[in-house]
Amino acid sequence: MALPLAFFALFFAWPVAAIVGRGLRPDGGWQLGRLGEVLTEPDLQHVLWFTTWQALASTALTLLIALPGAYVFARLDFPGRDLLRAVVTVPFVLPTVVVGTAFLALVGRGGLLDELWGVRLDTTVWAILLAHVFFNYAVVVRTVGGLWAQLDPRQEEAARVLGASRLAAWRAVTLPALGPAVAAAALMVFLFTFTSFGVVQILGGPTFSTLEVEIYRQTAQLLDLPTAAVLTLVQFAAVGLILAVHARTVRRRESTLRLVDPALTARRPRGTGQWALLAGVLAVVAVLILLPLGVLVARSLDTPDGYGLDYFRSLQSAGEGGTFLVPPLEAVWNSVQYALAATAIALVVGGLAAAALARRGGRLVRGFDALLMLPLGVSAVTVGFGFLITLDKPPLDLRTSWILVPLAQALVGVPFVVRTMLPVLRAVDGRLREAAAVLGASPLRVWREVDLPLVRRALLIAAGFAFAVSLGEFGATVFIARPDRPTLPVAVARLLGRAGDLNYGQAMALSTILMVVCAAALLLLERARTDRTGEF
Amino acid sequence: MRSTKKLAATALAAALGVSALAACGGKDDAKTDGGTKSKTVTLVSHDSFAASDAVLKEFTAQTGYTVKVLKSGDAGAALNQEILTKGSPRGDVFFGVDNTLLSRALDNGIFTPYEAKGLAGVPADVQLDRAEHRVTPIDTGDICVNYDKKYFADKKLSPPQSFADLIKPEYKGLLVTENAATSSPGLGFLLASAAQYGDDGWQDYWKKLKDNGVKVVDGWEQAYNQEFSGSAGGRKAKGDRPLVVSYASSPPVEVLYAKPQPTEAPTGVATGTCFRQTEFAGLLKGAKNPDGGKALLDFLISKKFQEDMPLNMFVDPVLKDAKLPELFTKFGATVSQTHTVAPDKIAKNREQWVKTWSSLVLK
Repeated sequence: MALPLAFFALFFAWPVAAIVGRGLRPDGGWQLGRLGEVLTEPDLQHVLWFTTWQALASTALTLLIALPGAYVFARLDFPGRDLLRAVVTVPFVLPTVVVGTAFLALVGRGGLLDELWGVRLDTTVWAILLAHVFFNYAVVVRTVGGLWAQLDPRQEEAARVLGASRLAAWRAVTLPALGPAVAAAALMVFLFTFTSFGVVQILGGPTFSTLEVEIYRQTAQLLDLPTAAVLTLVQFAAVGLILAVHARTVRRRESTLRLVDPALTARRPRGTGQWALLAGVLAVVAVLILLPLGVLVARSLDTPDGYGLDYFRSLQSAGEGGTFLVPPLEAVWNSVQYALAATAIALVVGGLAAAALARRGGRLVRGFDALLMLPLGVSAVTVGFGFLITLDKPPLDLRTSWILVPLAQALVGVPFVVRTMLPVLRAVDGRLREAAAVLGASPLRVWREVDLPLVRRALLIAAGFAFAVSLGEFGATVFIARPDRPTLPVAVARLLGRAGDLNYGQAMALSTILMVVCAAALLLLERARTDRTGEF
Repeated sequence: MRSTKKLAATALAAALGVSALAACGGKDDAKTDGGTKSKTVTLVSHDSFAASDAVLKEFTAQTGYTVKVLKSGDAGAALNQEILTKGSPRGDVFFGVDNTLLSRALDNGIFTPYEAKGLAGVPADVQLDRAEHRVTPIDTGDICVNYDKKYFADKKLSPPQSFADLIKPEYKGLLVTENAATSSPGLGFLLASAAQYGDDGWQDYWKKLKDNGVKVVDGWEQAYNQEFSGSAGGRKAKGDRPLVVSYASSPPVEVLYAKPQPTEAPTGVATGTCFRQTEFAGLLKGAKNPDGGKALLDFLISKKFQEDMPLNMFVDPVLKDAKLPELFTKFGATVSQTHTVAPDKIAKNREQWVKTWSSLVLK
């Protein structure tokens, strides 16, 4: 408990507090008057309003589109299911710079919708909403589907034997069991869309702006720290509220459910209804997720001399342009190294936090649980700038150190580790530990013989997720990545920042590589997964 | 059996993590601090900074200092980070503050005055801090409207050349520009229009531009790679705007990064719409290696570096006798007359203009 607390105090709370403090106490005295001033400004009220309603609309749309998917992935058995489940998770960990580009190809001018029906969404809020569905589809499929797959279908069958109609049985048995999971998923989607940055920046253009985008503009562009500080506090309050509600629903979910092996609940689709549902879900996945990803791959292969691997080959040399001091391909290796380091940090910090949370109860601990989730809802630029002004003195002069990147990435990885490990750790029967202890095992041995075998899978899954998330992290990394060691997403952004065919092609090729690495990591994770009580 | 395998896999993963840590750490230690600190000079810059390896090695050969480059975000973000870390900077020299943001840097006092050797070879009109030498001009670049040659040839329409052209009906719905609040070419274009039409006239001009269907996106990447039909990225993304606010050096870049290299640039420059941007470097206050920093500033305006710059950062050298590469002279536009606004005037009006512009154009 001490280590994770110290980690968060040092690398999250302190930097964020410092940067907010810099904004609100420019000369040592609090200027809380700014709070009211900023909050009553019509432009910013508009931002707040837009942030809230687009998040609500995105959440509703995501649930509507992804819930059938959750059912299909949970209960129907079809070839390629695991692969597909890994693929739908890829958008979640891809940097938005890249996906925004691909997504425009679908809903923008000359995109599929445009060619079929002359519908263009690139200037409307629909583009944002659909992109949010694209990004968060996996959250619903994994959170709700994960539980759905483990609900014992015999309970529903029992209800039907007792005379309930199919609908009534579902409503009386399955729905209440799923309710908390749906709520938890909805809150996560709401959190992610409420703090949406890249999607809104790319697809929304300058007219639509969320709080997060506005914080970025005020901090990075205008250096209006007071306004940024107030907005950060507002976002903090909102995120805190969302997380508090979330913690509540999660607790309810972890209560009493009879769970079974998911392998027993899934079966081949039967009847026209199930086949139609499967076809429908597959069509949605194909159009909404596979197609934009496909566009990315197609563009990376679309060279001036026809389709080929030229751009991929050209990644091996630094080229004469000097965008990089090293060949872009090295960014892949850099990213993997950083992500491994970040994963290690996230596993240690998150694992210890989860262990502490699992053993204890009480309000304080629950508050800590929510605290660990906070980095997911705090603007990367706030954290990045906070790092700059706090970690600048020995012994913690880390500003130019490579470790800063994995530290920032680990901040985002820890919540996933905790959420994956916690339910499993809670499920370990304490009596097993006691029995082992009574039989004379040392605490270490108890941990090794009892806990470790039970949580190893969860640990691997958590590692996989932390790895994938670290790989795709862009916002904080871009501020602190060293130029001679750019990460994949940073390299992509840099290439896109230059004119010319080769740069664009290389950006697409690197994005494709990132996508494949993420998909591979997630697929491995699917293999390791048997226990689906975790949230992601 | 199975569990041993898994344990081995877990151990392997852990070992990999550790060795990755060691690998990163090992590389890093060799480069930084310790007794060799004075031999390293650190240059902090924005993401667009680039120099060829050979030239950086040349600097080391000349002075004994090794350059370490730290890039951090776009020009605005990079400068703001310097302001935030004022007094305890991450490096010795900052490169990349331009005339639109110069006053912010000077007002915040992040630089120590130093008169670089060789400044005599730099025209006086770009030495915007001549009295104190807190900053040294390094390069200039022009922000101009670019056009898609093929589009205008196909339509048998002559491409626009001036601000007045852009509001003519035949160019309706063709231009895409960047948000002046978030993008430096966007801001440059706004300032150029203010230079052309005056403090009061520019608003009226933008009203007309808006009526003529100008599209505004957030950043250069989107405008150029998504919307502009003349760029390589834009063609793939099926961009449908043949006019974009970019740089006078963009056409040569399109040639350089095309394979095979075309005999003519696919894009051209509307030379009457240009805003002259000058980029500066300065010695950071509190620099750990001020001597190295001074040597680096001298080097940045030396012929060696100045002639290396165009093909790395696609900007023009400030040194009078630096030769331009053939790519620039052959495919680049000659901009005879540019618009610019004095830094103190920009400082006074920037925020108000951007605010007015936002409510005028974005709402």
